[in-house]
Amino acid sequence: MTERPDESPLGLDAKLAWRRGALAFEVDLTLPPRGITALFGPSGAGKTSCLRAMAGLERDAVGRVSFGQTVWQDSTHRVFVPPHKRRIGYVFQEASLFTHHSVAGNLDFGYRRAGRPAHLDREGLIDRFGLRPLLERRVDGLSGGERQRVSMVRALLSDPALLMFDEPLSALDGPARTDLLECLESLHATLQVPMIYVSHNVDEVARLADHLVLMEAGHVVAQGGLQDTLTRLDLPPALGDAVGAVIEGEVVAYDAHDQLIELDFAGGRLWLPYRHERVGQRLRCRISARDVVLSTTPQTGTSALNQLPCRIVAAVDAGQSSQVLVQLDAGGCMLLARITRRSWHALGLPPGSTAWAQVKAVALGI
Amino acid sequence: MALLSEADIEALGLTLRLATTVTVLLLVLGLPLAWWLAHTRSRWRRPIAAVVALPLVLPPTVLGFYLLMLLGPDGWVGRAFAAMGLAALPFTFQGLVVASMLYSLPFVVQPLHNAFEAVGERPLEVAACLGASPLDRFFNVALPLALPGVITAAVLGFAHTVGEFGVVLMIGGNIPGQTRVLSMRIYDHVQAGEYHQANVLSLCLLVVSFAALLAMSLLRTRRQARD
Repeated sequence: MTERPDESPLGLDAKLAWRRGALAFEVDLTLPPRGITALFGPSGAGKTSCLRAMAGLERDAVGRVSFGQTVWQDSTHRVFVPPHKRRIGYVFQEASLFTHHSVAGNLDFGYRRAGRPAHLDREGLIDRFGLRPLLERRVDGLSGGERQRVSMVRALLSDPALLMFDEPLSALDGPARTDLLECLESLHATLQVPMIYVSHNVDEVARLADHLVLMEAGHVVAQGGLQDTLTRLDLPPALGDAVGAVIEGEVVAYDAHDQLIELDFAGGRLWLPYRHERVGQRLRCRISARDVVLSTTPQTGTSALNQLPCRIVAAVDAGQSSQVLVQLDAGGCMLLARITRRSWHALGLPPGSTAWAQVKAVALGI
Repeated sequence: MALLSEADIEALGLTLRLATTVTVLLLVLGLPLAWWLAHTRSRWRRPIAAVVALPLVLPPTVLGFYLLMLLGPDGWVGRAFAAMGLAALPFTFQGLVVASMLYSLPFVVQPLHNAFEAVGERPLEVAACLGASPLDRFFNVALPLALPGVITAAVLGFAHTVGEFGVVLMIGGNIPGQTRVLSMRIYDHVQAGEYHQANVLSLCLLVVSFAALLAMSLLRTRRQARD
């Protein structure tokens, strides 16, 4: 059931087992050496615990962890590299700033210990994350968003070889969350080192991740590229509304009158609600399986703006007996549709046949 | 008539010297001990915590009596000292330091232990992920964060040592310049019916204790205001 991305001989490789009370965890992961890998799954799936075990913060985890050429842990040979020698930039769920240091003191804690490496752009990061006016402040007076930004830059400045972000946005909401997500997106574009990003929020994952590891009940249930993995038919029902496609394209038109933008991607063109996008920019967009309606012919007299021609690939039981999950190929882009079993039979579409998908798409990003 | 006699001043100086020595030594000993108690998962944690707390409930005279037995010429520590050619500890300043350290140990270790537990694991994990070694984490993260607890421990240890009597009586005796501390001197004055001198010295102790507690409380509120 588990697929491994094959381009990754030098990423993070972890085979670990540990227990938390009655729950047994066992993970087998191979993460690519670049890009953002999302560790995704419902609450209680063991994502945080897994991240901590890979960082060396859970001393009772048994197994083998290697990163690049370095073995971090090998229980059979009693090898254990302590966390402070692993060069990990770890951001905890709560910002966990040092209250005995100012903002600048927090930022420089790891930076100083890394020997103030010249290749790290301290001033640039401070400006990019909007921390310049906060530098002399004490950390107790900061807002949740500010704290988490300090925590992220602090980790980035420690000259990490691998970043580990544990639900950094989960304690935030509203504008603070939007701002920080934008920061992370811009970071993604310039990131030199791989990042593992733990989240249970599918929108965050769809916006940020290149690779996806799905966890459920202490086990890895799927791993692979983001688009491929989220459109697989064998995903556990626990994923619920996360099931669906993530597509990426370019904004080609803006309709100021109707406040819409048009996105051009491999599978065709989609109209999306305009927020602040510019024509010409790249944009990701998520099409949830339950927001796709199927028909055998193009529809007229419908409120759906977007209709994409596609080919039926396969269909499976969607976990609830009344529904099926249909996999569609729209010009090489995989989409998923969740429809009722009755409609599926009424449509009578065998694999390979052509159909029309009416989609309600939600743009991701700014 | 001078407010304090020469012997009184000598006793006061001796007391301050004793309390300072004991406080410094107890901090040096208590910091690693409290750190260990706050972080170990050893099954020895509880028995050792109980031993450390023992002087809290033990009558000082009992503690002093056993110390006298242990350190005296017939006790095994006393014999070991004699075998190594060292002077016996009872009725010396050094003996008083050892006894006071035991007596004041819980007053130093418990605030430190609580402070380290309040700091918790998280800041240390953060520091580790930022490349800080265990010693680096102790001195640059745990200790600064536990500073209010360290101040409390020092003040309590100091004040408690200044005020002891029973242990001094058993192990120190009443040797001028060696073991005649303030509380002994007050006792002497009362025995001799010199209530005025006893009052002056007692007031000294009262003022010192009050000032110490006030300073501690002020330091804490200032830290909180700054935080």
